[in-house]
Amino acid sequence: MSLVPALTEMLFALGAGPQVVAVSSYDEFPPEVKSLPKVGALLDPDMERILSLRPDLVIVYGSQTDLQAQLARAGIRVFNYRHAGLAGVFNTLRELGSAVGRAEAGDRLAGEIRGRLDALQARVRGRPRPRTLLVFERDPASLRGVYVSGGVGFLHDMLEIAGGVNVFADVARESVQPSIETMLARAPEVILEVRATGLLAPTDIADAKRAWGALASVPAVQRGRILILNGEHMVVPGPRVVQGTEAFARALHPDAFK
Amino acid sequence: MSTLDHVADSKPRPAGHDEPLAATRPIRVRLVRTLTAFGVLAVVTCLLAPLVGSAPISLARVFDRSIPFSDNVDAQIFFVARMPRIFAAALVGAALATAGVVFQALLRNALATPFTLGVSAGASLGAMLAIAFGAVVTAGPFSAVPLASLAGAAIAAGIVYRLATMQDRAMSTTVLLLAGVTLNSFFSALILFVQYIADFAQVYRATRWIMGDLDVGSFEPIVAALPMMVIAFAIFAWITSSLNLLSVGADAAAARGVDVGRTQRLAFISASLATAAAVSLAGPIGFIGIVVPHLVRLMVGVDHRVVLPASALFGASFLVVCDLGARTLLAPLEIPVGVITAMLGGPFFLWLLVRKGLSGSSVSRSFWAASVPSRRSRVRPRPGASCRWCRPSRRCCSPSVPGLR
Repeated sequence: MSLVPALTEMLFALGAGPQVVAVSSYDEFPPEVKSLPKVGALLDPDMERILSLRPDLVIVYGSQTDLQAQLARAGIRVFNYRHAGLAGVFNTLRELGSAVGRAEAGDRLAGEIRGRLDALQARVRGRPRPRTLLVFERDPASLRGVYVSGGVGFLHDMLEIAGGVNVFADVARESVQPSIETMLARAPEVILEVRATGLLAPTDIADAKRAWGALASVPAVQRGRILILNGEHMVVPGPRVVQGTEAFARALHPDAFK
Repeated sequence: MSTLDHVADSKPRPAGHDEPLAATRPIRVRLVRTLTAFGVLAVVTCLLAPLVGSAPISLARVFDRSIPFSDNVDAQIFFVARMPRIFAAALVGAALATAGVVFQALLRNALATPFTLGVSAGASLGAMLAIAFGAVVTAGPFSAVPLASLAGAAIAAGIVYRLATMQDRAMSTTVLLLAGVTLNSFFSALILFVQYIADFAQVYRATRWIMGDLDVGSFEPIVAALPMMVIAFAIFAWITSSLNLLSVGADAAAARGVDVGRTQRLAFISASLATAAAVSLAGPIGFIGIVVPHLVRLMVGVDHRVVLPASALFGASFLVVCDLGARTLLAPLEIPVGVITAMLGGPFFLWLLVRKGLSGSSVSRSFWAASVPSRRSRVRPRPGASCRWCRPSRRCCSPSVPGLR
């Protein structure tokens, strides 16, 4: 049973899919999870439901200490997930593999993902690395409520591998809410917006360009390098980070993939 | 009733609250002096604030016409990032401070704030719904979140207004207060519910909105909020004298010829309008509506004809300075401006409480004692002498109680 969508994906990738009895209310991938019972998520785990499904192992967030204590009292094994950049994805895969009796598969998958990321990195090596503003949240049609990736976390790591330089790499936080002033001062050459949900409509690019157009002195705006990527795999630190990173790399270095 | 006794021993006058010429002169002098001082403060703050920020800029480059604007980073930082922000801060500060003054007078309660009557909770609920459900409706210069927060504020104000005016023509301030406070809790519960069912990222955005943010990024949102504020300020200016009488008591005001019901309605509508406009522009930034009016009263006395404009100017300076801290203290990170106002405002208020005699009731007593001579102060001190409620040289205890002369 998994309360963490990224780890649900890992379970299925490890071939432990048939053993999964329930998932969190935010789980959407792989498609098999849609038919599984939902037992809440980070803030609202449904203890009764969890117990009634008699799991052997429950994957929880490290911060869910009350839930961990309750599960311990019920004698149920807990896998404690802590969010820690791209390196954390490999470690988690290995640990999760051994926790579900598939240590070998865990090692193999972690190595495979590492290898594919290395290949991507090699592909864009030597190319000029654009200074990139990696945006993962913004109010529609304006530049308010902008959230960007700081210098830690898997989005930052993905950007580095994909051949970009994060303009907020010096801020040791996963998310930064920059002011208009700092965005102007940092002068990114590329603005990369990632969106978790919704289909990308042709008007979205035009809307985004209009919104960012207010910052006319930013090189990315002057050269029209405002890129939008969407898809859940961009924002879930699971096995699909490879696809996400490849999408970043293709967006930043289209020539390398011709 | 002491207030009526007091009114009774002043000479009867024809209806209306126009002051005789002799009494008008000192107020005019005080008004000019106060407005000059606070005006200079506000202008200086607004001129200096754009020079400071997280990124160093050169003023020479900012005004260098030879560089095209679209290539001039310094000019962009100055005109796109800082100026709208400072304008927004000044406007919101002025609106919230004056709305605080008016609500305190209307409710005759020193602890009233622009957010006491549920207007901001309604606005927050509206904004929260727009954020949680990703509303994309826009109308003219308004984008979805400000629009939803205005709608929420209007609904909240409408409910409170309807409840308070149901019984008779004059508003019942008790009903107003109770309805407002209840509505506040009710909307807060709805906000929690929406937060609970909404998605994680949206909850975070909504929570951030509630902390207040002045980084508006263009003049458009300011232009959208400005007309509402101008209307509110115009009404404030119109009702200041009546507010003096109203803050003494409805009966006393009525005895002096004030149309109490109309003044109350105007005060409520205008203060709600100012609050709603400010909240829609920058989120519910707390403490300004209570700290600034009290600070200003400590400095200039209690006459609303002076307190209102002084609060507007001081509120503007105060928020511009708080926002300056917000954008520079932890740069490149920002501190939510509402956190700064609360951090400054909370200790200040405690200090006020201690200074004024260690109990909440004495704060409100000192606040109103200044305008209503209580039983204890029936033996009036000599004109010009200081009393236990105010510092020497303040006029509040001399027989120049505003509007009752």
